[in-house]
Amino acid sequence: MATPKPRVKVPKTASPGEVVTIKTLISHEMESGQRRDQDGNTIPRRIINSFTCTFDGVPVFSCDIEPAISANPYFEFAAKVEKSGTFAFEWVDDDGSVYSTEAAIEVK
Amino acid sequence: MNLTRREALRLSAGAAILAFAASRAGPALAGPAETEKAMAEFTGGASPATGRITLTAPEIAENGNTVPVSVFVESPMTDEDHVTEVTILAEGNPNPGVATFHFTPMSGDATATTRMRLAKTQNVIAIAKMSDGSVFMDKKEVKVTIGGCGG
Repeated sequence: MATPKPRVKVPKTASPGEVVTIKTLISHEMESGQRRDQDGNTIPRRIINSFTCTFDGVPVFSCDIEPAISANPYFEFAAKVEKSGTFAFEWVDDDGSVYSTEAAIEVK
Repeated sequence: MNLTRREALRLSAGAAILAFAASRAGPALAGPAETEKAMAEFTGGASPATGRITLTAPEIAENGNTVPVSVFVESPMTDEDHVTEVTILAEGNPNPGVATFHFTPMSGDATATTRMRLAKTQNVIAIAKMSDGSVFMDKKEVKVTIGGCGG
């Protein structure tokens, strides 16, 4: 499988105290562990099992993920911004790999 | 088509065997009992009230592999009064759990959208836990045309 590529959409600017919408997507097969291959063997589960978003180190939103989340997991949520800073996003894979990305926002 | 009694019996026996085989195939699906267990685990035994939480999902999902689902909980989202967790459960999936969202006062709004897999037509349940310990739930039936468990 190709290395999962995270993508996030965060507004570049916001006014103080504004609630902004953040959209995230990561390319990942999310193999559920329910499917079988041609020989009838179960394909082992491999999903992204958790997602977290922090703003300058403070937790904003996180999610525990089960195999029932679709391939290329997409999350849309809100965040309240009071000052300029950086959102950090982290996805944890079943195999232990962590995929992360960042997005800065300017408050004026 | 004229069937003799013998042929008719043979045909119906075959159909019964086929139906039985079909019902046995496919992954074991979670029943309402398992969903209730998962609900109790999440709420800690408290019985959820209705209201405050809104679950949005399509009435008919053509493709069970990607069903958009979103939740919104009415809450001021202050340090004293906010939504801590929202869990989504699907009654008819092999495992009822779909996702659990954790919110903080930094979230501003207790809202989240994602896409989920549904194995068949079933009820989808969202339960919200508030910082004061109260729980609220909402339920929607989603009709699924093609199941999303990739047999």
